[in-house]
Amino acid sequence: MVTATALEAELLELAGAVPDPELPVLTLRELGVLRAVHVQGTDTVDVDLTPTYTGCPAIEAMSLDIERVLRSHGMREVTVRTVLAPAWSTDDITPEGRRKLREFGIAPPRVRDGSDPVPLSLGPTRTIATHAAADPDPVHCPHCGSADTELLSRFSSTACKALRRCLACREPFDHFKEL
Amino acid sequence: MTATGPATAPVTAALALGDDALVLSHRLGEWAGHAPVLEEEVALANIALDLLGQARVLLSLAGDEDELAYLREERSFRNLQLVEQPGGDFAHTIARQLYFSTYQHLLYAELAAGDGPFAPLAAKAVKEVAYHRDHAEQWTLRLGDGTEESHGRMHRACEALWKFTGEMFQPVQGLDIDWTRLDERWRESVEAVLRRATLPVPEGPRTGAWSAGAGRQGLHTEPFGRMLAELQHLHRSHPGATW
Repeated sequence: MVTATALEAELLELAGAVPDPELPVLTLRELGVLRAVHVQGTDTVDVDLTPTYTGCPAIEAMSLDIERVLRSHGMREVTVRTVLAPAWSTDDITPEGRRKLREFGIAPPRVRDGSDPVPLSLGPTRTIATHAAADPDPVHCPHCGSADTELLSRFSSTACKALRRCLACREPFDHFKEL
Repeated sequence: MTATGPATAPVTAALALGDDALVLSHRLGEWAGHAPVLEEEVALANIALDLLGQARVLLSLAGDEDELAYLREERSFRNLQLVEQPGGDFAHTIARQLYFSTYQHLLYAELAAGDGPFAPLAAKAVKEVAYHRDHAEQWTLRLGDGTEESHGRMHRACEALWKFTGEMFQPVQGLDIDWTRLDERWRESVEAVLRRATLPVPEGPRTGAWSAGAGRQGLHTEPFGRMLAELQHLHRSHPGATW
């Protein structure tokens, strides 16, 4: 996007303002899945979109929404391309996106240091994860803010979330897993 | 979905990796409505969804994803026999997840580190598979080091599927991998998990005498035909049907 034209910047902003179909509090820009917009000629545009998870079914709804928005802005031909590299990471979610997730009741992903994607440690023989006290970077409850939370299931309502429970306020909540 | 990728991906390798993901995805999907607890039903469905997404990208590198999934005959599939086995009890499903996700995680990490045609997909999928592997390892520990009943079931499952694990390390044309080293690392990892889970490491042969490495050559076990009939029935009855 180094050489983006004013029109490309405008279209990128429009496409970026499309809400995520599964997490409508977030825009595609805040989710970090919109990679680039290339205008060919005057009314033909290619949009590069990257999936969060390879099998995320939301990407098809995202593509249709982007096409609709850009068509209504005068683009005649809109092609949304799925790009895999570089792979999306939860670090691509903007700080504003993280704040919105928390307000929506979803614990945002912790920022990774770029090392191993998932700590593969053999824990206790129950699904409950290491106790919060032993975790230097615990997942906080999005409702009461407590760091004392436990893992109920590694996979929740969607592949990108884990199900946890707060041991302070007892509320279950989704955690956007680090990827 | 159209994924941008080099058009030169070797078809044999794309089918091998893609069929593994597609077939295991279908087998895991069979748990919908039958898993022991709701959380586990959701977990298995999510793992299946990850695999289906990978299958779509991989099969699209080899041709038309729908034609390849729905219109090929049994002998044209190149998946491992491990992934086509029926789910069995929950312990069998977990044992298969342990064997396969460890293999897939190590293999994708290797492919992601290279610059071949599978590197972009592997770099993405390796992060997803890390969660599948963690899920399988934690359940292996919980069942193996659990009650007498769960230990017995997990033990039987690990033994029963052991004969399908040798096939995973048969070289796949088009993949530049040190398969002997990959096998060693797989054994180290799986054996460490089994020991932690108080389960004996199976000692039997790692291939069946009549079918050594046969899945990659298109020879499959009896349950696969029935699974494929179910997977393909709708599309063959109503070509091009969509939701």
